[in-house]
Amino acid sequence: MTNIIKVANVARRSVLLGLAAGSFVLSVRLSSPALAQEKKFGGDGMPGGLKDDPRLFLSIAEDGTVTLLCIRAEMGQGIRTSFGMVVADELEADLGRVKVLQAPGDQTRFGNQDTDGSRSMRHHFEPLRRIAAAARQMLEQEAAARWSVPVTEVKAENNGIVHAGSGRRLDFGALAKGAAARPVPAQDKLVFKGPSQFRYIGKDNVPLIDNMDITTGKAMFGIDARVEGMAYAVVARPPVFGGKVKSFDAAKAMKVPGVLKVVAIDPPTPPVVFQPLGGVAVIAENTFAAIKGRSQLEIQWDDGPNASYDSVEYRKTLEAAAAKPGKVARNDGDVDAALASAAKRVSAEYYVPHLAQAPMEPPSATARVTAQGCEVWCSVQNTEAVRTDLSKRFNVPIDKVIVHALLLGGGFGRKSKPDFASEAAICSHAMGGRPVKLTFTREDDLQHSFFHTVSVERVEAGVDANGKAVAWLHRTVAPSIFALFMPDPKHEAPLELAMGAVDNPFAIPNLRVENPEAAAHTRVGWFRSVSNIPHAFAIHSFVAELAASVGRDPKDYLLELIGPPRLIDAGAMSDAWLYGEDPKRYPFDTGRLRAVVEKAAAEAGWGRKLEQGRGLGIAAHRSFVSYTAVVTEVAVGPRGELTIPRVDIAFDCGAVVNPDRVRSQLEGAAIQGISLATLGEISFKNGRVVQTNFDGYELTRIDGAPTEIRTHLVNTTAFDKPLGGVGEPGVPPVAPALANAIFAACGKRIRSLPIRDQLAGKV
Amino acid sequence: MSKFTVNGKAQNFTGDPETPLLWYLRDIVGMTGTKFGCGRALCGACTVHVDGTAVRSCQIQVGDIDGQAVITIEGLSADGNHPVQKAWRELNVAQCGYCQTGQIMQAASLLKDTPKPTDQQILDAMSGNICRCGTYPRIRDAIKRASGKA
Repeated sequence: MTNIIKVANVARRSVLLGLAAGSFVLSVRLSSPALAQEKKFGGDGMPGGLKDDPRLFLSIAEDGTVTLLCIRAEMGQGIRTSFGMVVADELEADLGRVKVLQAPGDQTRFGNQDTDGSRSMRHHFEPLRRIAAAARQMLEQEAAARWSVPVTEVKAENNGIVHAGSGRRLDFGALAKGAAARPVPAQDKLVFKGPSQFRYIGKDNVPLIDNMDITTGKAMFGIDARVEGMAYAVVARPPVFGGKVKSFDAAKAMKVPGVLKVVAIDPPTPPVVFQPLGGVAVIAENTFAAIKGRSQLEIQWDDGPNASYDSVEYRKTLEAAAAKPGKVARNDGDVDAALASAAKRVSAEYYVPHLAQAPMEPPSATARVTAQGCEVWCSVQNTEAVRTDLSKRFNVPIDKVIVHALLLGGGFGRKSKPDFASEAAICSHAMGGRPVKLTFTREDDLQHSFFHTVSVERVEAGVDANGKAVAWLHRTVAPSIFALFMPDPKHEAPLELAMGAVDNPFAIPNLRVENPEAAAHTRVGWFRSVSNIPHAFAIHSFVAELAASVGRDPKDYLLELIGPPRLIDAGAMSDAWLYGEDPKRYPFDTGRLRAVVEKAAAEAGWGRKLEQGRGLGIAAHRSFVSYTAVVTEVAVGPRGELTIPRVDIAFDCGAVVNPDRVRSQLEGAAIQGISLATLGEISFKNGRVVQTNFDGYELTRIDGAPTEIRTHLVNTTAFDKPLGGVGEPGVPPVAPALANAIFAACGKRIRSLPIRDQLAGKV
Repeated sequence: MSKFTVNGKAQNFTGDPETPLLWYLRDIVGMTGTKFGCGRALCGACTVHVDGTAVRSCQIQVGDIDGQAVITIEGLSADGNHPVQKAWRELNVAQCGYCQTGQIMQAASLLKDTPKPTDQQILDAMSGNICRCGTYPRIRDAIKRASGKA
């Protein structure tokens, strides 16, 4: 085993390569000169902010190869390709000569790298263009100086600079060294291309930069790291969250061939944040020996305070809480009076269970911890979280914690929480600095995730004599993610409430959102699109229920609820979060929501005649400052067999950089949404997760996927407006559109997820 | 001792004969194109060919493949241009890419046995391979594109 993984030398290589060559001090500028006390939004508001100095991110080799350091994790959203497109376009480079390397974790140097919240392109489109435009202008200045012509007479074209008057041309490679020594142009001196000049941005079917590596098995995911001399580990963790080891006997485990060491890991001290759960690690010469060794451990557990956590009982607790008033999160008009005087009152209650992200690459990391510092190879969404934890844990300066970012075999929020990297480091430390690769088996992953919350949502509406909604009361009850970070708040945080519950755009004068208490009894963490899942499932199932109760078409009724096109300020909806964005830049635009509803409906042929047993359902939701509408067609067979012939998704995230990757995210969102709606459930009994592998925690397979997913991108060239998120906003409307289609097909209303066998015998 | 070949190269393994081929390939040989997904033949991420048949390498013990020939994604084609690999690239099938080596090995096996599969045959052959990103429609289309060429 001699092959140290390729990425080990990223940082050094990037400095050797070009623009960043030399010994000048790297200048660091904030992208906007915001005052310290001014509230910052978007990328500027993230820890570490945004950096746009080209010398931090770009290098050009003598052969003209442009290397971009990508500071966002690649987890299937295609960000490496999309970032390459933006830079190649604005720099006038040839995309075929652009290499994208993953930057090591270093928030101080590179700015925020936390790949989460559908923020990568939304926050980095503009800084990337500044980076590339500045580099282009430095190359132009260098060429103009060499030719002694005014800079206005030269221009960048196809990876070189040309002088039209004389026909001279110099490749970027020939100019890079001189250009690098030139001052970086001030932000107000940057000249950007117009959308009509884009060669890559907005163009469809750009091949993925990693296509060859992925299809030949050369792509390096976190779990594929190979470091000279490494050992392999798995951990037996407390089966109940909050539990700990009472005693253990490692004698039998140590007899397994290949087992090197058995190490106790301390339980976390509150707040648990992303700390490992504690337990007993088995370190061996290979993963199989470690797994075999672990099976021979004899451990007595102290289950702790969550030993009675039981999903069946807990659901009753949530339902009881939803039956009573709770903390008011938004209050418009007088809901009680409007309900009292309504011609008709309708209410319904919805349930969405815990879910596990279950990325196909289970959590895994390789670490080497010595007196000199820590080095970690891993696939995480948030490299800085690894650095912060290890710096504190081993009392080393943060700049001595090197985190190499490898490809993520899926993230979906799980890999924002790098407990697995900490475990690998603990094992390496226990091995006296020998590198150790720590792997979660699938059982470990499903039983020790940071689970999507479980929730009961109760919605009640009052309608007038014409069927128009005059009052809306939404009670959302769910344990909060913030129990990770503080003593259990027992209420959803502003961030969670602002994922679809309070930021409800419906034109109803009397609207109240309440949030009764719910205690967390496991690690609750974020899962792709987070609280939008239960909120949107309830709201949009209820819209169709309400429409049916007053005899209206669900699409028409949805549009009536959304009301006329208008801009709603986040503050007016008691939305204190707005995905971290500036309310002035990102008002809730009901016109855009209406437009995706109308687009999806038109493309799906809403209102068309369907065979017996078929139905169409619709739902639309804004999340991550993007607008999504889904129309799903289902067929329900005589014995309740569910098939999904077609899904139409209309999507408005503003300007689209990489249409193929936006489409692929929507296709994936449709399938992940269908998966959670039809099959997804993590449940607890005696504090323990019931499901162990993909037989119990089922995921949609190819034979359960829609036959056809049609994506409809709207508003794609709005480059004068701020961008919206892409990775997550496709998910929330999928489950309610499916439930509504089932109702249309067979009259069965799904109020509890997953659907599983609820249709059997009911049709 | 177990003697077999991996991508044509002779292997002599003297370790624990219960070691699954998956972990032998990944940890001992250092070939990481074959992926760990579930360890119980429920997801297909670890699919390789043994004597020409697609199998889940997490369920194959190295002690049981004496004299057999293993082909992994690294050995599916000399230059990465197996028709299935090409079709996968032409349609940008991958999202995260993690399950795709297993998907490709499964699809290559399908097309070897059934050069022009029907939609139902594709679903039947591929339903053991999970993709959490949801690339199924493109997987199906890529198999159709490669059909008749593999």
